[in-house]
Amino acid sequence: MTEPKAKPASCTCSEVSEEELYERLKIIVQSQRTIPGALIPVLQTAQDLFGYLPEKALRMISKELKLPYSEVAGVVGFYSYFSTTPKGKHTIRVCMGTACYVRGGQDVLKALIKELDISVGGTTNDRKFSLEVGRCFGACGLAPVVMVDDETFQRVKPSKVSEILNQFE
Amino acid sequence: MTTVYINKQPVEIKEGSTILEAAAKTGIKIPTLCHVENQIPKGACRVCMVDVEGAKSMVASCTTPCTEGMKITTNSRNVREARKFVVELLISEHCGECKTCVRNDDCELQSLARELGVFEVEYEGETLVSCIDDSTPALVRDSGKCIKCRRCMTVCNEIQVVGSLFAQGRGFESKIGPAFDQQLDGVVCVQCGQCAAICPVGAITEKEHIDYIWEAIEDTAKFVVVQTAPAIRAALGECFDYEPGTLVTGKMVSALCLLGFDRVFDTNFAADLTIMEEGTELLVRLKEALVDKKQVALPQFTSCSPGWIKYAEYFYPEYLDNISTCKSPQQMFGAVAKTYYAKKAGVDPKDIVVVSVMPCTAKKFEAQRPEMNDSGFQDVDYVLTTRELGRMIKQSGIDFKELNDDVMDSPMGKSSGAADIFANTGGVMEAAVRTAYEIVTGKELPMENLHIKPVAGLEGVKKASLKIEGCKPEWGFLEGVELKVGVAHGLGNAKKIIEAMRAGEEFHFIEIMTCPGGCIGGGGQPRFTTDEVRMKRIEAIYKEDEGKQLRKSHQNPEIAQIYEEFLEKPISHLSHKLLHTNYIERN
Repeated sequence: MTEPKAKPASCTCSEVSEEELYERLKIIVQSQRTIPGALIPVLQTAQDLFGYLPEKALRMISKELKLPYSEVAGVVGFYSYFSTTPKGKHTIRVCMGTACYVRGGQDVLKALIKELDISVGGTTNDRKFSLEVGRCFGACGLAPVVMVDDETFQRVKPSKVSEILNQFE
Repeated sequence: MTTVYINKQPVEIKEGSTILEAAAKTGIKIPTLCHVENQIPKGACRVCMVDVEGAKSMVASCTTPCTEGMKITTNSRNVREARKFVVELLISEHCGECKTCVRNDDCELQSLARELGVFEVEYEGETLVSCIDDSTPALVRDSGKCIKCRRCMTVCNEIQVVGSLFAQGRGFESKIGPAFDQQLDGVVCVQCGQCAAICPVGAITEKEHIDYIWEAIEDTAKFVVVQTAPAIRAALGECFDYEPGTLVTGKMVSALCLLGFDRVFDTNFAADLTIMEEGTELLVRLKEALVDKKQVALPQFTSCSPGWIKYAEYFYPEYLDNISTCKSPQQMFGAVAKTYYAKKAGVDPKDIVVVSVMPCTAKKFEAQRPEMNDSGFQDVDYVLTTRELGRMIKQSGIDFKELNDDVMDSPMGKSSGAADIFANTGGVMEAAVRTAYEIVTGKELPMENLHIKPVAGLEGVKKASLKIEGCKPEWGFLEGVELKVGVAHGLGNAKKIIEAMRAGEEFHFIEIMTCPGGCIGGGGQPRFTTDEVRMKRIEAIYKEDEGKQLRKSHQNPEIAQIYEEFLEKPISHLSHKLLHTNYIERN
């Protein structure tokens, strides 16, 4: 049997029902059941499917992999990659590496927090934006840097953040 | 074998042993706050640091294997300073006042700080936040006191295979606990309290019932009776600095009288009652299977251990019919105290308060199970652990060591040696077989000193088989039958025996005790329990058994009396109502 391909989060809402996503997850988890160390890859797959890790998915993973729910939660909580809150359509990442930091990254972040009215790790009520911080994107010459999804914005000023946000639907 | 040099002394040790093990062999104490006997070391606390010649930095002795010729220093200024530093850091974030901590004087962090000379903590930083989780009937967790040693995780996941507690989050923010900051009642927990018994500090403790009991004792309208479980008498002494395995039965009874209990009875009496019911139940099941050819749930599992019951309700609901319907001795006692005894003593059962002293925290959970009220009231009102009884005795100013021996009250104070051995792994099985064999054959169990040797001791899973010969005519269907019994202690071992059974291994009767070693190693026993302590307590219990004239439950005259005057016969209509129960599937 070929493994069902996980679709990126942005595709799931309109095309695939939630029920079907859980069905897919179940098949994937069951196929990995006997593999030692299957938990992290399974969690990654689940996050790809749903865009985040809903409680129901974690309960299913715990049951199917026969791992205590507290253990699954411990792994999810350890890695910042995993999120148990739904993500917005666009992910904003503000660089807090040394170069960006000294050139005002912190002020840019503050401006974004104010503009979006969310804290780091949060998502706007309209599920449009999620806000994260990163540690050096490798573009120090362009500091301070902000990335929205795959797009990079250089030498960002706090006063310009709303302009950037307006570019995204 | 490998030779290493500890503080210049050569030590021969099995290959693969750790430095901590090598040191222990030579009698050198290396302190540790995270190590759990017989389990894979975690290296979490960093207190067991030692110097190894040629190593880049100090190493944690619990996780470092010995290599040939290794030169180890366990006692140098460098090592002492490093350990002191680690303890200072632990204390600097510890949120708790020793003075008012329930574990004051029984805390490994406190005593280690004293030993290492930590009298001042220079590091003033953030301290942990104290969140109290008292969501379950038996246990209280305080995140502020947790030093994240992970011992509770080790017992919960590796020994008990329950999986309630894990490290959540990371760094300073990390907590050891249930998933996503939930309280313990939000996840699977069997309330065995092995976490509370191994926690080096006061982060996990039993939910105290002491104040309720003082209140009941002072209330003149209440008639307060106390029962003591078989395992208490071999461990209570440790609260008063007796050596582990010192039997203090007589002093315990004196102390309970002085505390003000109106009657002091014995759970052992109820253990004898349990054998009568559970042994008969097994014979009925065998008859139905072999003679009536009915579909009967076999093997029969024992039902004395409430942690095991809850574990089965979560993890093996398909075998709930296999579990004996007998209530545990604690609950049988409560049910007859508020019916049989109430009538005999002429006391209104609503005024009777039944207090249990148990080696167990899960008994607190069991007592408040909603179905445990067949007397018309909650059968058992309050449950004290051995540790709590020790504290109550100290609170009342009783000089325990100076007490004379006293005896239990009648008619629920007499017990056989078979009841004593309920305290340890293999004991319920042996007690049941002593009686069942005699019922069936009319002869005494043909074993030396009535002991079934293969099911005794600390082996995790034990098995024995016994050919039944010379049956009385009414039990003729058992002639020549090879009775196969199994015993497991610690839920990880329970899982092993159930999986073996699932894979086709045949058993007729399986005893399961939740805690390693059985009740003598229960979650409510004095700290600190190691295998050595378990063995000493077990030896004491066998001594109590062997010292008695009465060795078999069916010989107990008070048991004959309760059947004659009240219950009629085992598995009668009334005993079914009062002494048996049912189980629920939990998700």
